[in-house]
Amino acid sequence: MFAYDLRLALLSMKRHPGLAALMVLAVALGIAVCTVTFTIYHAMSTNPIKWKSDNLYAVTVDSWDSKEPADDDQPEMPPPQLTYRDAVALQESDVPARSAIMFKSDAVVDSARKGTKPFRAILRVTTADFFGLFDVPFLYGSGWTDAADQGPDPVVVLSRESNDKAFGGENSVGRTVRLGDQEFRVVGVLDDWSPSPKFYDLNNGSFGDAEDAYIPFRWGDVNELQSIGNSNCWKSEVIESAQDFRNSECVWIQMWVELANVKDRDRYQAFVDNYVRAQKASGRLQRPLNNRLFDVDQWLDFNRVVKRDNRVLIGIALLFLAVCLVNVVGLLLAKFLNGAALTGLRRALGASRGDILRQHLAEVLIVGLAGGALGLLLAWGGLAGIRAVYEGNHDTYENLTRMDLTVVLVTLGLSLVAGLAAGIYPAWRIGRTAPAVYLKSQ
Amino acid sequence: MPMLEMRQVTKVYRTDLLETHALREFGLEVEKGEFVAVTGPSGSGKTTFLNVAGLLESFDTGTYRLDGEDVGRLGDDARSRVRNHKIGFIFQSFNLIPDLDVFDNVDVPLRYRRMAATERRERITAALDLVGLGSRMKHLPSQLSGGQQQRVAIARALAGDPALLLADEPTGNLDSLMARQVMDLLEQINGMGATIIMVTHDPELARRAHRNVQVIDGQITDFKPYEPSHVAARIDAPAYA
Repeated sequence: MFAYDLRLALLSMKRHPGLAALMVLAVALGIAVCTVTFTIYHAMSTNPIKWKSDNLYAVTVDSWDSKEPADDDQPEMPPPQLTYRDAVALQESDVPARSAIMFKSDAVVDSARKGTKPFRAILRVTTADFFGLFDVPFLYGSGWTDAADQGPDPVVVLSRESNDKAFGGENSVGRTVRLGDQEFRVVGVLDDWSPSPKFYDLNNGSFGDAEDAYIPFRWGDVNELQSIGNSNCWKSEVIESAQDFRNSECVWIQMWVELANVKDRDRYQAFVDNYVRAQKASGRLQRPLNNRLFDVDQWLDFNRVVKRDNRVLIGIALLFLAVCLVNVVGLLLAKFLNGAALTGLRRALGASRGDILRQHLAEVLIVGLAGGALGLLLAWGGLAGIRAVYEGNHDTYENLTRMDLTVVLVTLGLSLVAGLAAGIYPAWRIGRTAPAVYLKSQ
Repeated sequence: MPMLEMRQVTKVYRTDLLETHALREFGLEVEKGEFVAVTGPSGSGKTTFLNVAGLLESFDTGTYRLDGEDVGRLGDDARSRVRNHKIGFIFQSFNLIPDLDVFDNVDVPLRYRRMAATERRERITAALDLVGLGSRMKHLPSQLSGGQQQRVAIARALAGDPALLLADEPTGNLDSLMARQVMDLLEQINGMGATIIMVTHDPELARRAHRNVQVIDGQITDFKPYEPSHVAARIDAPAYA
């Protein structure tokens, strides 16, 4: 019977093709606007490591000026990064299953391969646990060991893209590259990996690509590497050398830990609090005790990755869809009532109200799905347009304007719901007409 | 047991300004296999009677039994079921669905009976063969003459093997030749056992029925201007013959 209903629905649409096209277009426009907005919102708000959400924590310590908070908009919150000495000290705890301290730097990469030019690479200078902490996938090789961290050994992990540039995509494990003036041995090449948002370091935009290469944290000391991430300082200090910077109260180090359970979380919290109390006793860290461990969702929230404006935009997009649907309700009502004589005839021949409702809902379903499909196409075009307009800033907008399977499924679901919402009243209404009213007998 | 039995049926149309008594204590019995013509002036209640008989409209008081079943107070779904299984309609303006071909038009009531495809095909073929349009199954209504369209409508009414056929001015939109052909068909169908109630203005057609009933002001009256043809022939014979 459903196949018959669909056939009747298609015949009905063929009878008034202009009206059918108008309804499909109205649904499509509403769906397209919602899809574009939702795609961006979804990219912004998704937790890219949700399977570990309960165990990963960003470590923060309120090391700021005792007279004022780090952020006036969120005065109750500590600064999002640590000082160098605090990070190194907190790294000493054996409570976390894994922990990593890190910062962002850069260097020129030269593989000395024939035909390959040197290129500037963004570095993540980090401890060994980075890769296990964030489940970073490897194409070749692996990360380095704790022992290599201590050396520090001149080892490097390349991103897939960097490996493509430096070595033509070959398995480069064991080969060497020059980063600046130093030679490093490749121990691993990452598979495609670009978490969005880039939760582990939100300091220079939330949606950039992951780094091009990764080296042990202590190379930051040895080679006096400069951070190209965010650095914030509250204290007036004399900083004339890299060492001065490391000893200062400037915050520029990110720290993440993996804690197996709530008990370990409490233990680590206690460890951090005790450390801060000890620092207070020595005259540092004079703000009230406010050391926080943020899980990934809380971290994204704290850093306001999804801004209030984005949430408002979702509401506006849904309102626009509602306006489109109201128009479709009107069109459907007019179309169905225009066919009331035919409906009266079917009722006379034995169709129940349920049969009539079902037949008209089949048409509503087609309008909804067709509108959804066209809306997806329009949305894809819209997102491509956004990427084209912001081509210079392609990292961020590339990541934000990618349509994934979730968005496609949500769009199709929304179009079904939207179609039904628009069509249920007209379909019900036409079934309520008395059969005799529209049957012309004399 | 009569096929149709209406007793004291009343139907009142009410608006804010007035009440119209379309049927007043209407009573009629039609036996199985009868061919009854219902006549009367415009506004007399013939169409209302047909709508009530066909369960297209409800009525206010009285009783109505169809093929032994009390159908007076059925819910909407039950009325749809009875219409589908027991009643066949033939309309003045044919009322074929324009974008369905002949086969699919006849198929419509059978679909609502959830009949299997094979059975539907057999019934449709038999009905169209009976009305002489077995070779026109793929034609659209617009490709048929008026008489042919009405014959398709008759086939549609018959395909479900209804207990009762209700015909509302079945020849009203046809020329005299086609009208005669349609009436011949209805007589043939009646001869096969179908019960037919036909509303008509045409005295010639009314005479071809077994019985005429006259409706005036919503009631059956004794006044019968259109005597059935076998009775009329006796009355019209000259007294000196």
